[in-house]
Amino acid sequence: MKLGYYPGCTLKTKAANLEKAAMASLDHLGVEYKELSRWNCCGAVFSLTDDDLIHQVAPVRNLIRAAQEDCDTIVTICSQCYNTLARANKLVRDDEEKRDTLNRFMDEEPDYAGEVEVVHYLSLLRDQVGWEKLREAVTNPLDGLKVAPFYGCTLVRPEEVAIDGVDQEILEGFIAALGAEPATFSAARECCGSYQMIAHPEEGMNRAAKVIGAANRSEADALILSCPMCEYNLGTRQGDVVAAHDGLSRVPTYYFTQLLGVALGLDSELCRLDLNGPAAQELLVDKKFIAAATV
Amino acid sequence: MASIPSPIHPENLKAVNKIAELSGQNVHECMQCGTCSAVCPMVESMGFTTRMGIHYLQFGEIEPVIKAQIGEYCASCHTCVVRCPRGIDVPKVFEAVRQLVLRTNTDLIKPQEIPKDTMAEAPQIAFVSTFRKLTS
Amino acid sequence: MDTATLTEEVAAKTIPIYIMGKRYEVPETLTIMKAMEHSGYQYIRGCGCRGGICGACATVFRRAGDYKIYTGLACQTVVEPEMYLTQIPFYPANRASYDFETAEPTAETIYKLYPELFRCVACNSCTKVCPMDVEVLDYVSALKRGDLTAAAEISFDCIQCGLCASRCMGEMAQYHMAQVARRLQGGKIAPKAEHLEKICGDIDSGTFNDVLEAAKAMTEDELKKVYTEREMEPHMGADEWTPASNHGLA
Repeated sequence: MKLGYYPGCTLKTKAANLEKAAMASLDHLGVEYKELSRWNCCGAVFSLTDDDLIHQVAPVRNLIRAAQEDCDTIVTICSQCYNTLARANKLVRDDEEKRDTLNRFMDEEPDYAGEVEVVHYLSLLRDQVGWEKLREAVTNPLDGLKVAPFYGCTLVRPEEVAIDGVDQEILEGFIAALGAEPATFSAARECCGSYQMIAHPEEGMNRAAKVIGAANRSEADALILSCPMCEYNLGTRQGDVVAAHDGLSRVPTYYFTQLLGVALGLDSELCRLDLNGPAAQELLVDKKFIAAATV
Repeated sequence: MASIPSPIHPENLKAVNKIAELSGQNVHECMQCGTCSAVCPMVESMGFTTRMGIHYLQFGEIEPVIKAQIGEYCASCHTCVVRCPRGIDVPKVFEAVRQLVLRTNTDLIKPQEIPKDTMAEAPQIAFVSTFRKLTS
Repeated sequence: MDTATLTEEVAAKTIPIYIMGKRYEVPETLTIMKAMEHSGYQYIRGCGCRGGICGACATVFRRAGDYKIYTGLACQTVVEPEMYLTQIPFYPANRASYDFETAEPTAETIYKLYPELFRCVACNSCTKVCPMDVEVLDYVSALKRGDLTAAAEISFDCIQCGLCASRCMGEMAQYHMAQVARRLQGGKIAPKAEHLEKICGDIDSGTFNDVLEAAKAMTEDELKKVYTEREMEPHMGADEWTPASNHGLA
């Protein structure tokens, strides 16, 4: 397998805390990959309208780039990138007529017929590395940390691109492999409010409040997620959400890759906890997973 | 697609066929159980429920569905798709309604009116999503 | 030179071209700009440097029997038989104003000025239409991921002709965004050149005042003489060449 890494727009700046620890962890675990040298935005949301092929161009162009760089598989970490790329790939594979139209429109690019496989980082960890090997690689087990796994929507729906069945619980497996305890979390596969936080902020906040409330009820120490949109709604905006809704309390949020980096004993600066806010750093210091001096 | 019940006004029939064409879904498959509305995370913000939205569309009434902003609030989380006992891809139906609006060069959000602090703070994918879903 | 006096052997062959749909016979060696003037058009706008750098004479054309859109600068592109062309010297585009002194050298500055950046669908029409072969989609992608330096470098050859904006599905003005990126890169991100700072200091402290005063006192003829007789780098000189005098430059 020749594995390419598709970063996605947000991971180079605002979600650097999603990317940095992830890539360092792959190096640490001995997974070889090559970051794509040329790529564009994935499109972020998959177009659901049958004749709206122009919005399939962005994801398919990235798949062409991956093929041009001789990758047979690309891995993404952002849930929205994963969902959009994987569904566009499926469209190209399944629908010959739409594939031809897309190829004809992109007459400056080589034809593409779905040769590249799109996988999410969590699937790569589970299927290529394996929970057993990951557990063995953990040098700084997150003992006594109760973690609520937040899948959101795009990792698990629709079914044709879901990285996990309802019962398989990939994030729970991941949390357990790090030595932490997965919390029973009723909102694990719910919507975070998504882009409604921009379009209709009040409604977006109400939605986020429901997820944070469920996290509170799960008595988790922390919430982990894999999507910069979810992190914005549940992390960045959490102070506003908690202030606007009675009975909520704050819960630190992390990208799952940050806890992976900490558990593997990587330099905690790589985990970019500075981008998560002070509570996220304090919790890990309190639990003695990282040294206070490094934050 | 299944035959359309006769009481539908010919103009409305055209519109409902357009929805079927854009979404690939047959709203007449819906048996009005309301499960989609029960699981919808944004239903409280809509003018009426997704079930009622489908019901209007069964009669070719698109205008009330547009006014109820169902397509505007649906964030395509697909929770309803998983639960629908009739296998209808509900977000596709309401995305088609929204597309009919956007295709008249109507914007449901004005990018230049988003607060500058938000533009600086929120992740890039938030804006790509918003503009794809809500601008023409 | 009066073309009417040329003999048939040396006069260029004429070819048919279509300017805004009307057929003209023009000498085959002309640029589009010269061909338009030859056909009777007089430029008031849509023509600037005539040297391929100002971006005023962007031209769109099609070739007979070909669906593709082709572009070029009228002053640089030689006519072809049966080409259908029109100039698009200006295309309305959203141009935000901002205070450069206080602008942060981050991509967020551009996100605030041009939120429509996120309407790009990666259709690549911008790149295909660029007469300067700039990879427009690539710099738009760089801006979206927050890499001002890459955007500045990729867009370096942009001459602001605006053809990208004319074709953009997202109704963006890519070239104005890239200009902000280049200004931030040049003014606030790239390290300052030490020698530039030094020479500016020298100018401020009066190092060249005497030379300038002497030049100002000269008559026009004296000035021309000094200029034409100045020491110049030989055209076919050795690799290592230094002027006899550095005129006060350290």
